[in-house]
Amino acid sequence: MEDPALDAWIDAGTAALGIVVKPEWRQAIRMHLAISLGHAETVLTAELPDHLDPAPVFRA
Amino acid sequence: MNPFATATEIAAAVREGRTTSSAVIDACLARIERLNPVLNAFTAVTAERARARAAGTKTGPLAGVPFAVKNLIDIAGLPTLAGSRINRDHPPAAADAPLVTRLEAAGAILVGALNMGEYAYDFTGENGHEGASRNPHDLARMSGGSSGGSGSAVGGGLVPLALGSDTNGSIRVPSSFCGLFGLKPTYGRLTRAGSFPFVSSLDHLGPFASSVTDLAVSYDAMQGYDPADAGCADRPVETVSGGLESGIGGLRIASAGGYFRAGASPEALAAVDAIASALGVTNTVTIPQAQRARSAAYIITTTEGAALHLDRLRTRPDDFDPDVRDRLIAGALVPAAAAVQAQKFRRWFRDQMLHLFDSVDAILAPATPCVAPLIGQKTFVLDGKELPLRPNIGIYTQPISFIGLPVVAVPVPTASGLPIGVQIITAPWREDLALRIARLLEVRGAARTLQPEL
Repeated sequence: MEDPALDAWIDAGTAALGIVVKPEWRQAIRMHLAISLGHAETVLTAELPDHLDPAPVFRA
Repeated sequence: MNPFATATEIAAAVREGRTTSSAVIDACLARIERLNPVLNAFTAVTAERARARAAGTKTGPLAGVPFAVKNLIDIAGLPTLAGSRINRDHPPAAADAPLVTRLEAAGAILVGALNMGEYAYDFTGENGHEGASRNPHDLARMSGGSSGGSGSAVGGGLVPLALGSDTNGSIRVPSSFCGLFGLKPTYGRLTRAGSFPFVSSLDHLGPFASSVTDLAVSYDAMQGYDPADAGCADRPVETVSGGLESGIGGLRIASAGGYFRAGASPEALAAVDAIASALGVTNTVTIPQAQRARSAAYIITTTEGAALHLDRLRTRPDDFDPDVRDRLIAGALVPAAAAVQAQKFRRWFRDQMLHLFDSVDAILAPATPCVAPLIGQKTFVLDGKELPLRPNIGIYTQPISFIGLPVVAVPVPTASGLPIGVQIITAPWREDLALRIARLLEVRGAARTLQPEL
């Protein structure tokens, strides 16, 4: 993802969450977001059966 | 007494009347006073409490043994900082964490709280508020994180025993950089009650020491179900110290290949190979989809961590360590679908790993891709690519703690004079096997701590 798209993501997401980002933080947040989205892509491309339970199954 | 005497050597001397707990504690406090300005390992020293307790302590498997805890573990009367500035405003803890109480019941004596990376989101040992804890083998280098003060304090001979936490590698990384034995038990084995959380489904507590016997004795003292920790398993105590010398006859041990060799520095590979050679191990196993396991651990960590701290990110962002704040803000922006899928993948990966343990009893892997980097270093070269250091030191530890497997990190000296760690990974609840293997490596001299001159 290019920087403008990441910046748009940061702007929209932090506004929705009520986090105020100072300009001097942006470069580091952008770097970490790009890394995290890379890991998210790795996870989301896993082919897993629909019926597989997530790990933290709740027992009543 | 030698400042690098092991916990069990100290306890034997106290029990046999060759020294007293008070003498041990006085010497320990004097060494902390002299060396903490150099190592920056401690954030609080509980001298008065330690002296009072020492006066009556003569018995127990850890009689008179000084220990300290990462400052996310409750100490009665102190705010539990978790490496942060924000938590300084918290009221003091009303009681000690159960692990502190259990170690003291075994005769050990708490001497203080230890520096750590803010809110445990760290592999470096740096801290924007307290300054970095320093590597006792080279003061210009990182202690590793996030239990950096734990590594620094035990590695520097300030205490023989320390507790840390490990969410993605925070016991194993400082063990590697500071050249110590570290135990990350099975998820759910040791109670985390009275500790400040990071990622509930990944957080573990465990000990650092300079000998395998010390790990085993302290671990035995800390076991036991505790309903106050929702993640604590209701299992009987399974002591390990009595079987440490049983050797490895009949155990099937293999080195992890593929992902766990790609990107490792020559020192890391040489250390794993030396450990394998000392054990006569020639087999290699492939841990399936380790890269994806690491990514899933990363996603669960960054999203859960962000959720935990969201209100603080909204209201007090300037009071965070910037290196931690900016990662947490990024974590808050990761799609929920990725976090859920990471938990589904976790189930799949756990099943695969349990299947793998049908054919092996233990797996060897590097603890870190390299020896301790320089404090302040922001990038390093991994597999020929320059990458940000902070998010990548845990590449070999994260896939393992992802499914809560027990690991003993063992220290191996390298040609550079700096240590590096190797992980001994076993099936869930088989800490006994990992410790037995570590003990044999210690006896054979393949795994050993170094005693820096400070």
